[in-house]
Amino acid sequence: MLRFIVRRLIQVVPTLLLLSVLIFAWLRSLPGGPAAALLGDKATPEKIAELNTVLGLDQPIPVQYVKFLGRALTGDFGNSLITGQPVTAEIARALPATIELSIAALLIAVVLGIPLGYVAARYRGRPLDTATVIGTLVGVAVPVFFLGYLLKQWFAVDLGWFPPSGRQAVDIDATHVTGFAILDGLVTREFDASWDAIVHLVLPAIALATIPLAVIVRITRASVLDVMGSDFVRTANSKGLAPSTVRERHVLRNALLPVSTTIGLQTGLLLAGAVLTEKVFVWGGLGTLLADAITRRDYPRLQAVVLLGALVYVLVNLLVDLSYALIDPRVRVR
Amino acid sequence: MTSVLARRRNRIDDLGGRSLSADALIRLRRNPVAIVGAVIIGLFVLVSIFAPLIAPHDAAAVFPELQRNLRPDSIPGAQPGFPLGSDQNGRDFFSRLILASRQTLIVGVLATLIGLVLGVVIGALAGAFGGWVDTVLMRVTDVLLSIPSLLLAISIAALAAQPSQTTVIIAVALVNVPIFARLLRGSMLAQRESDHVLAATSLGVKRSAIVIRHMLPNAMGPVIVQATLTLATSILDAAALSFLGLGDGDPARAEWGLMLANAQAYLDVRPALAFYPAIAIILVALGFTLLGEALREALDPKGRR
Repeated sequence: MLRFIVRRLIQVVPTLLLLSVLIFAWLRSLPGGPAAALLGDKATPEKIAELNTVLGLDQPIPVQYVKFLGRALTGDFGNSLITGQPVTAEIARALPATIELSIAALLIAVVLGIPLGYVAARYRGRPLDTATVIGTLVGVAVPVFFLGYLLKQWFAVDLGWFPPSGRQAVDIDATHVTGFAILDGLVTREFDASWDAIVHLVLPAIALATIPLAVIVRITRASVLDVMGSDFVRTANSKGLAPSTVRERHVLRNALLPVSTTIGLQTGLLLAGAVLTEKVFVWGGLGTLLADAITRRDYPRLQAVVLLGALVYVLVNLLVDLSYALIDPRVRVR
Repeated sequence: MTSVLARRRNRIDDLGGRSLSADALIRLRRNPVAIVGAVIIGLFVLVSIFAPLIAPHDAAAVFPELQRNLRPDSIPGAQPGFPLGSDQNGRDFFSRLILASRQTLIVGVLATLIGLVLGVVIGALAGAFGGWVDTVLMRVTDVLLSIPSLLLAISIAALAAQPSQTTVIIAVALVNVPIFARLLRGSMLAQRESDHVLAATSLGVKRSAIVIRHMLPNAMGPVIVQATLTLATSILDAAALSFLGLGDGDPARAEWGLMLANAQAYLDVRPALAFYPAIAIILVALGFTLLGEALREALDPKGRR
């Protein structure tokens, strides 16, 4: 097992190295060259030449790359063009908001998705199944940001059930310890702050959850159908095991293996969806940071958020791979 | 007791000597999912071809009689000559909706096609040569796949000094490349070990001919399915880029994703401005998805009996 973990960890290294080369190349192909892009509106020929020397852009490319790598490894991605603050600090501040939103969305997708997919498979071909399958197809076809606006318009503006934007009401005087709004309220025993954060979380989390939910339902359904047709389930049934025992101990357990991989793959979708959802609900997390960076062409921030997104995606899938090896001994033997 | 060979011969006779693709087409025609998808896509393509004939006005034309009635809290609805009323800039909403179908089709098809062609070339090279060519190409595609697709599209689109429809298409197409490359490569590798390739090699067929005439056509099945599904995601991704401000900057351009993105600010003034393009996108994405899923089922040789 340890050898498997080590081997899998080593495999990540070339991926990360290549990723850094790509980001480096991206930086160099910015319009007008990196220095002009970094200076934005303030670019003058003198300032560009000055920054080129500071950034070492007058040095040979391999030297530049090594320096870039050194800065990246120490978490130095420069200052945001909008705020002038270090990008890394900005990201650290925005990260809890996005993590909170993503976890909530993933929870909704998993808690609803697995039972729904399972029930659809059990009643295959019946109206319930057909409705579920159609629902998953439509769910993937709806643009996330449009769904976000619909939810906001109906449930926040028209019905007034939920707040339309933000993470917490302005008049709530919450103490922030961890940056996670719900957790902070629990830690400091300001339960009204926690509750307020949850109420704010509902609509964005639902909007973000739709696509992962649709995917999880489909994978669960397909996987359950697959397992139900397998030999060991037929054997279990022939032995006269109670149908509920077969369902719970044989079918569900084995059907959940592919589902766990899918959940790992969903983190990429969650990050992308978070950008759109956060813009709709003015959430103030990574997505908001990125959306602002796009409109203002804030390249250092853009670069750092994309790199972080890729990093999280690679690491989560590594974790899923490792957990897979824990659940299924066959994976380790390969 | 019939021999194995006789049974196999009977089974082939049952198929009527049809090829896999002919057989797939027949099964496709029997599948209601495929029909629904094909009807939606057929209508979409027809409307986009004849759009200039259907649309009464030009997409960019601003009408004074509509513009005069524009208020911050109201946008004129249907009136004689303008079946769906005005958009947020005093243009004929109906004409724009119709003409936009063509632009949306162009975005979807080009983004998919460019991604497909580049991906197929890379995947075929990797799958045909194996060895270090394969290792290098697949490492690069793996890295590209490790960046969440929308973030990758954003990074590419943001490189353009002036966002336009072309930059949107390129950004979405490049995101599609690694997906197609990986898929074709996997499918080619399976072909490499197969008997018919061994037979061709033994007959002294040139390596390039084996790759192009024997391996590629047989490996394309999953790629075609993926391309159909990618048409849907490409249109959705392009809409997302427009929403983030990376779409075409020209407010006169009519494309559903762009119209939907630009209409978000007027959702409480005139929801129809967002609803109609949104419904159009959802329907088209659904159509391509249905068709793709049906194709996947039809092309699966396991489905043959």
